[in-house]
Amino acid sequence: MILKSIKIILLNLLFFTPLFSNTLQEDIQPFTKSSFKTKQKVVENIVLNHSENEKLTLVLNTLLKGNLYFTKYKKEFVILTKKEGKIYHTTNIFTGDILEPKTKKMFKKVKTNNKLRSIIKLKLAELNLFSKEEEVRLSSVKNMLKNINEDSQILVLKALKVETSSAIISILEEMSVNYKAKFGTQEEKLKAIVALKELLSPQSLQTLKEIESSTKDEEIKKLAQTSITSIETSKSFYSLLETAFFGLSQGSVLLLAALGLAITFGVMKVINMAHGEMMMIGAYTTYTLQQIMPNFIEYSIIIAIPLAFLVSAMVGVIIERLVIRHLYGRPLETLLATFGISLILQQIVRSVYSPLNQEVKTPEWMSGAWEINGALSLTYNRLYIIIFSLLVFVAVLLVLKKTSLGLKVRAVTQNREMAQAMGIKTGFIDAMTFGIGSGIAGVAGVALSQLTNVGPNLGQAYIVDSFMVVVFGGVGNLWGTLIAAFTLGEINKFIEPAAGAVLAKVIILIFIILFIQKRPRGLFPQKGRDAED
Amino acid sequence: MLKNIAKGLSIACIVGMTMAVSAADTIKVGVLHSLSGTMAISETTLKDTVLMMIEEQNKKGGVLGKKLEPVVVDPASNWPLFAEKMRGLITKDKVDVTFGCWTSVSRKSVLPVVEELNGILFYPVQYEGEESSKNVFYTGASPNQQAIPAVDYLMNEIGVKRWVLAGTDYVYPRTTNKILKAYLKAKGVADKDIMVNYTPFGHSDWQSIVSDVKKFGSTGKKTAVVSTINGDANVPFYKELGNQGISADDIPVVAFSVGEEELSGLDTKPLVGHLAAWNYFQSAEADVNEKFIASWKKYMKDDKKVTNDPMEATYIGFKMWVKAVEKAGTTETDAVLDAMVGVSVPNLTGGYATMMPNHHLTKPVLIGEIQEDGQFETVWQTPDTVVGDAWSDFLPGSKDLISDWRKPMECGAYNVKTKKCAGQNY
Repeated sequence: MILKSIKIILLNLLFFTPLFSNTLQEDIQPFTKSSFKTKQKVVENIVLNHSENEKLTLVLNTLLKGNLYFTKYKKEFVILTKKEGKIYHTTNIFTGDILEPKTKKMFKKVKTNNKLRSIIKLKLAELNLFSKEEEVRLSSVKNMLKNINEDSQILVLKALKVETSSAIISILEEMSVNYKAKFGTQEEKLKAIVALKELLSPQSLQTLKEIESSTKDEEIKKLAQTSITSIETSKSFYSLLETAFFGLSQGSVLLLAALGLAITFGVMKVINMAHGEMMMIGAYTTYTLQQIMPNFIEYSIIIAIPLAFLVSAMVGVIIERLVIRHLYGRPLETLLATFGISLILQQIVRSVYSPLNQEVKTPEWMSGAWEINGALSLTYNRLYIIIFSLLVFVAVLLVLKKTSLGLKVRAVTQNREMAQAMGIKTGFIDAMTFGIGSGIAGVAGVALSQLTNVGPNLGQAYIVDSFMVVVFGGVGNLWGTLIAAFTLGEINKFIEPAAGAVLAKVIILIFIILFIQKRPRGLFPQKGRDAED
Repeated sequence: MLKNIAKGLSIACIVGMTMAVSAADTIKVGVLHSLSGTMAISETTLKDTVLMMIEEQNKKGGVLGKKLEPVVVDPASNWPLFAEKMRGLITKDKVDVTFGCWTSVSRKSVLPVVEELNGILFYPVQYEGEESSKNVFYTGASPNQQAIPAVDYLMNEIGVKRWVLAGTDYVYPRTTNKILKAYLKAKGVADKDIMVNYTPFGHSDWQSIVSDVKKFGSTGKKTAVVSTINGDANVPFYKELGNQGISADDIPVVAFSVGEEELSGLDTKPLVGHLAAWNYFQSAEADVNEKFIASWKKYMKDDKKVTNDPMEATYIGFKMWVKAVEKAGTTETDAVLDAMVGVSVPNLTGGYATMMPNHHLTKPVLIGEIQEDGQFETVWQTPDTVVGDAWSDFLPGSKDLISDWRKPMECGAYNVKTKKCAGQNY
């Protein structure tokens, strides 16, 4: 206690004796040296001695962003405000004077590396704890979580008195609990260790492990051990939930990819090897849309969905009318013809766009993750895609069950000749079905553009998976496709941690092959007299 | 009438003869890089680099008074086709040297052909080592010129204690990780602090792997990922790291196969702060580099073109070949092979590259951080150049092997303990 008070008094003396120490300007001179260790010492020094200086956060932030330079001639420290080719526009960091634009050869950058930036972030976090902006305070307190000691605790207690945001308060309290568990009185420690059990964060687990290994007190050790076991059980439970989420997410991608195929394969018994390219076209539609309206990225995905449906559907109908119509009843020729079409489509895209991958931007509302607790966080893009795939499924189901077009499609699927006899134009229905199937694939492409690379080879990566799902689930049956997609997704994700990505795929393939031996028609085969052909 | 015919015939003869003579007066240079298929993205740039250097050399009068003539073939990312095309280049087109290959599997495919037909191949890409051929010059980095110094940087400057070795599933990452694991263990890193993971080419679902990396890295010990992930699987990998909230300051990733060319088509925001290890960055400050970048942009008529490490390796290889031919006074293979060892040319980072007896170069090692504009900023550099080791000192089967192609040893895999020369390991 006495030592702590002496430390505080000395620190305060340092704050209030600027006359006896250097100015901030003088103290950052060593930044002109290139050693990262020197720069580290400078940062620690200026934070210690100049925390009241309003320019300190400016210096640290500029350095962090990589915009702190100094002139080779006068060693004047400047902020880089603009780069025009080789000409640099700069302002003096202390006086704010704008310098004449000069070539980059007149300046030298104060370089940072990973380690230095971590230290700067930590120091800035301590300074930013009292910033006016909530976001700044939130990110700073998250950074401080990694470094809990006496000094940080002083700041935490100070901040708790004035903080208003509940998210920040909960992290501050977490820090306080961690501190008390390590450095508090016996009673405080016992209470804190029990409290840590509820927090579930990696930080709490770490603290508990440190306490358990270093403490000599039996009671504390036992309590820490029970807390650790409790956290680890919770963590494995949440880890299971997380894997289940990953499985759902992969299942949703499989569902979107396979849904269109289930319809074309189911209705027309056409093995469409160009199905993957329909997805690729949907993804490129998203990319083109983003190029056309670069200022509306946030809405681009929403608009891309119907657009991709239309574009892919049109391409599908064209393929059906030009090629597939002539090859009905000849599955091998259809397979070869659609394979050829897939190659043509890939090459068209390579020639029109480029053989390289294209960048599709993710809108802000789809980035990041939803942190449910310290052990479970779900990424937004995958969450939205799961919801989206279910919506698409429901939409397709409604179209097939509730519309007249859907009725005709189902009739043709069950018994083509009978449907013809009832007056249904099977040729038109075939074209519409192929169009719908391709359109759904296009919509799948929009979702895929957010998850994977958009390039001419995008379709090739998903064609095998689509066929696997359709075969496993039962040709022509939508519910079969849904269940098959999610089952395969879950199995894949549960095997992957143990066997690795490559082996997991192999195991799934073997599983499907064995399953098909037992039930050649898939999980939910079609019923109906004529369905046996 | 007859007089006219005679005149015409004689003119035709003279023209024909001069054409035949001038045809014999060019030196043919083979270019064996994929111009289509998955590797086209990376390899087309190298084809253009060789063509640019040939054009520049011809402006200086060619080599030994003869002009250089490029012979460009397209092995289309098809590994067996690489071998076929190489055979065609040497036997049919009669090239005196070839610049080519990118993936290790393409090089392994060409190796028996170039040795059987006694050709010369310059291989410009960083690779896994464990090979040395009389007919191949390796101008890219071997593991001790890229992977090992990168691990040293992470260990010493960043203080990394736990390691994730993530790679694509083929020979280069598997062999490199074998070497790195042995190296880490030799430095006292425990087995439980090393996590190894392989994924197929083009893998896009990184959720579980990144989640595992996150768990592996949240024990309080500084963790880093050493990535030999190749190709476009890198994009969803870095994106997933960003989505799951892992920044470069939390768990840095150092990549060996991500360069300026790969970054030029990406949204670099989630990658800023991550690292790469090469022997050259476009941002290297040297006058010779600025000239090279300027002439490259002018040659490609595109101001946005970038330069990268394999281009520098191609540049060094070409300059060395020219120097060796001038030293030997002929393009005849054996004479050039003899003259090549010891040849020294300036590299593009302000130093020199020398061809060593094991057919590898001396190269500086640069560790750089990815910037938002897709360039690298050097954060660390070896004080001197590092000599390339064909045979890793950290693998039990290789540490007793050395390679020396000078007379009298003339062996690519000489065991210093048993004093025997092993043959080529195809």
